Amino acid sequence: MQDVKEFRPKIVAFCCNWCSYAGADLAGSSRLAYPADVKIIRVPCSCRVNPLFILRAFQRGADGVIMAGCHPGDCHYTSGNYFARRRMTLLFSMLDYLGIERERTRVEWISAAEGAKFSKTMNEFAATVAALGENKRLEDLRCKK
Amino acid sequence: MQRIGVFICHCGTNIAATVDVKAVAEALGREPGVVFSTDYQYMCSESGQTLMRDAIREHKLTGVVVCSCSPRMHETTFRKAAEKEGLNPYMVEIANIREQVSWIHKDVAEATEKAIILGRAAIAKVHLNKPLKAGESPVTKRALVIGGGIAGIQTALDIAEAGFEVDIVEKEPTIGGKMAQIDKTFPTLDCAACILTPKMVDVAQNEKIKIFSYSEVESVKGFVGNFKVAIRKKARYVDEEKCTGCGICTEKCPQKKVPNEFNMGLDTRRAIYIPFAQAVPKVATIDANYCTMMKTGKCGVCQKLCGAGAIDYKQQDTIVEREYGAIVAATGFNPMKPTQYNELGYATCEDVVTSLELERLMNAAGPTAGTLLRPSDKKHPHTIVFVQCVGSRCDAENEKGKPYCSKICCMYTAKHAMLIREKYPDTEVYVFYIDVRTPGKNFDEFYRRAVEQYGVHYVKGQVGKVVEENGVLKVQASDLLSGEQLHIDADLVVLATAVEPDKSARSIATMLTASMDTNDFFTEAHAKLRPVESPTAGIFLSGVCQGPKDIPETVSQASAAAAKVIGLLAKDKLTCNPCVAESDEMLCNGCSSCEKVCPYGAITYTDKEFRGPNRTTLIRRVASVNPAVCQGCGACTVACPSGAMDLKGFSNRQIMAEVDAICKM
Amino acid sequence: MQEMMKKRATELLADGTCDRVLGWAVGDFVYDQTPALFRTEEELQKGFVYNGFSAANLSKYLVKECRAGGKIAVFLKPCDTYSFNQLMAEHRIKREMIYVIGIACDGKADVEKLKEQGIDGITDIKESGDSYVVSTIYGDKTVKKAEVLAERCVACKSRKHMVYDELIGEEGEVIADSGRFDMVEKLEAMTPDERYLFWRGELSRCIRCNACRNVCPACTCEQCIFDNPRSGVSQKAAANSFEENMFHIIRAFHVAGRCTDCGECSRVCPENIPLHLLNRKFIKDVNTFYGDYQAGEDPAAKPPLGRYEKNDIEPGEAGGVKA
Repeated sequence: MQDVKEFRPKIVAFCCNWCSYAGADLAGSSRLAYPADVKIIRVPCSCRVNPLFILRAFQRGADGVIMAGCHPGDCHYTSGNYFARRRMTLLFSMLDYLGIERERTRVEWISAAEGAKFSKTMNEFAATVAALGENKRLEDLRCKK
Repeated sequence: MQRIGVFICHCGTNIAATVDVKAVAEALGREPGVVFSTDYQYMCSESGQTLMRDAIREHKLTGVVVCSCSPRMHETTFRKAAEKEGLNPYMVEIANIREQVSWIHKDVAEATEKAIILGRAAIAKVHLNKPLKAGESPVTKRALVIGGGIAGIQTALDIAEAGFEVDIVEKEPTIGGKMAQIDKTFPTLDCAACILTPKMVDVAQNEKIKIFSYSEVESVKGFVGNFKVAIRKKARYVDEEKCTGCGICTEKCPQKKVPNEFNMGLDTRRAIYIPFAQAVPKVATIDANYCTMMKTGKCGVCQKLCGAGAIDYKQQDTIVEREYGAIVAATGFNPMKPTQYNELGYATCEDVVTSLELERLMNAAGPTAGTLLRPSDKKHPHTIVFVQCVGSRCDAENEKGKPYCSKICCMYTAKHAMLIREKYPDTEVYVFYIDVRTPGKNFDEFYRRAVEQYGVHYVKGQVGKVVEENGVLKVQASDLLSGEQLHIDADLVVLATAVEPDKSARSIATMLTASMDTNDFFTEAHAKLRPVESPTAGIFLSGVCQGPKDIPETVSQASAAAAKVIGLLAKDKLTCNPCVAESDEMLCNGCSSCEKVCPYGAITYTDKEFRGPNRTTLIRRVASVNPAVCQGCGACTVACPSGAMDLKGFSNRQIMAEVDAICKM
Repeated sequence: MQEMMKKRATELLADGTCDRVLGWAVGDFVYDQTPALFRTEEELQKGFVYNGFSAANLSKYLVKECRAGGKIAVFLKPCDTYSFNQLMAEHRIKREMIYVIGIACDGKADVEKLKEQGIDGITDIKESGDSYVVSTIYGDKTVKKAEVLAERCVACKSRKHMVYDELIGEEGEVIADSGRFDMVEKLEAMTPDERYLFWRGELSRCIRCNACRNVCPACTCEQCIFDNPRSGVSQKAAANSFEENMFHIIRAFHVAGRCTDCGECSRVCPENIPLHLLNRKFIKDVNTFYGDYQAGEDPAAKPPLGRYEKNDIEPGEAGGVKA
């Protein structure tokens, strides 16, 4: 029998503790829904996100990875997001260069006050990734069912 | 293998209504390493914590996962509880199944599934957690207050009172801020200068307080307890040590046509000036933009006249480096310039003024020596229209204005109306308002006096247009209660413009790494429970820089901030965050990549001897992290190519374990 | 050239400037040279070679040599001096222990290209103006250099030494229009699907021999994360396409802003995977996004990933592709 179940993407969201994780908390306390497909991992700062983690997520079956941090200039640690921005710019450019869908990765700056932006971003990103379908180009078949 | 206990909180019905907590407890109970799993109504309650402690003891738990609200809420609570039972607090992890699950998802099956996955991720992390011990760092027993208005003054006085040194950095030539410009204060109608200037003198005379006037913060380095701040003392071309404040220079300076900012530009001052008679420090300042000597090299009158020899046209900015344990932002506000409201005529009609300009027009030390005369023809106005909420309470889409209520305008307008009716009973006063907001001790009584006793005409409605015709301000307005259009011929229109954070606040916030909201007000660590602290440790908030407030509220907040600063400075040592970076010397290349991205200068290098092959030794350059200085951002861990640098509590392995658990389904 | 170098090396050994010389010796094949240490005149006379096959970038070997002590003289081609500077910047080598002899270079021969020309059984190579005279067991053959130069030499970015104590041969210039990004641009102009297929075609050949990593002068980690079982990402052999991608992406990322584009990775790849195209992509991106930067040019320069600008491009806007 054909499996007609709707495709539900797996999305990993790395959120910095000070802004974006707090923004997610605000989205929660404001009851601003976003798909359950998005699962958050708390990191102290966006600069803690190693490209290894992003590739790891794709390997283990993620269909999209998003990193959220404080707005440039507002980093709790002054400069972390500036470094993170350069790293992710280069990494995403490289993924694109390898022909891996650029839309599967995203960076967004979300402050602690932007619960609405958090929810909106996650809704949008989940929709984008759902439209792209399953991650095939950076998959590790051993990690799939 | 860890022995992990899992505790699912119902949070009343906050979680339990959407998440099948029993199913989550059962599912997580089957995870490897989990030896105990249960659910409970309120985990954060006394009995919830006891439940957790009993389980730690009875099941010899080595790790704990609490599935509850955000770790930003109760992580500390649960860690403390675990610590009381002898478990290292950093062996506790939180899965956020309230903000991230029950509050945003409606479908029980979906929410339950997600809660289980988040629980698994936390369990996977705890498996790799290691007991962490917090280090200590010393505290510099001196505070910096940025801004010398009433907020900064009160904070500085209170800190000094407790015996600690305080520096005030004020960008203007004198402290005093906005309150110095105000005529009378509500709701008591006592004169602002009479209550402010003694405090200014107290500051000047207090041995513990040092004022850096006409100075700005240039850079801030370091962290709570150990800030290093560079202060730029702007050249005022007058030697502060020598100037006696006699004022001869300010009387004889031939350049008389400088707009006087203290009087809101309603009159002029000299190029060398002391902002007002009670200025602290009472020292002259040369305005280089207007000084003839500075511009053309010819004049030198002030230098010739100065008996103290204080004038120094060649003075340069100097940078002073100071160390502090705590920093208070008291950067204050400015009333918005309503120039963008063409319909209200501020830019085109001289007799449309802002409330702060009116303060100066009514002040005995103001341009009219306290007699209310309108700016255009210096005549006494007989009909005055007040317009409330100019630039406040605007729609989010309205780019001209601010979304918030400026809070103080209703009260000061009532004050203005009352003072005018008291002094000039022949004057008709109209106030156009959206709402009159008077919460505060004796505030509503005050407003009612304006209406009932002084006969001020309060009209609920908005002013649509102000145009000048032959010296008369034609005011077109709507009365919302009667539904009528009103046409008033006014002599003076006063705009209660929105309170705006000072322009310097944004760059100061960046230097302090303190966060701001979208309106450029400083964000507090917690809106209700930590209202005078910034989320950045060691940074405190005083006065309007945090949000609009009146003088009594500002002073209370200033004292509250001082109390927090004193609490910090009273400590000899601070407990550091143990989640700091750590370098594995065996893997470290000594390449300095990590050092370049460290915002705190926490990484240093040493040449260390290692055992080489065949009983040889070799010297290698390796990084080491100062745990007292490291704040745990993790920038270095990604810069490090060899993986030598890792972050305790958020290690590579831990984060990847979370990734794996989340992606595994 | 070879004789001049030998003579100079002998003198440096004799006058105590160094106690060993790092140069090239013939390996299993004439065209497959290997870095070698020479401690005496005798060793130099017997083994030292320098010709169109002396391709290896010797700078990396100084990391180990600096730990062994003494004083080392090393021959560096212009491109190798970039790597030398980068290693200096990263404190991996000690300047005071090293005597750098810069040697002029106008490219090295690619043996694969020679073979394509039908030249086999090679026993020696000599330069003669703009040609190589290749001795083979079938007799001498002459080919135009331009036809058999290695790709990295065709797209040479600099014939100028960034550092040296003395120079043998004539100093050249930095070549601004080397065309080294042409292929990167070509790939960027493709559709993502075409790029994907291109890179699958290349990277799927990877046998994870680690030659690229082992030869790379930027890969001098005490222990590579891919070899470290505690790193959580160690992998000895790429099990599938993901691991192939993973290894090469992370390797490129780890050398981003540090890669001197010496081209050793592609030279040693037994599968002829154009690995330099990954590194050049990062170099090009850095130039485009953050201003021109070439690792190894100035050892005091701050690397692009160790600094930032407040108005840096956002990851979502990085239009390096189809700009």
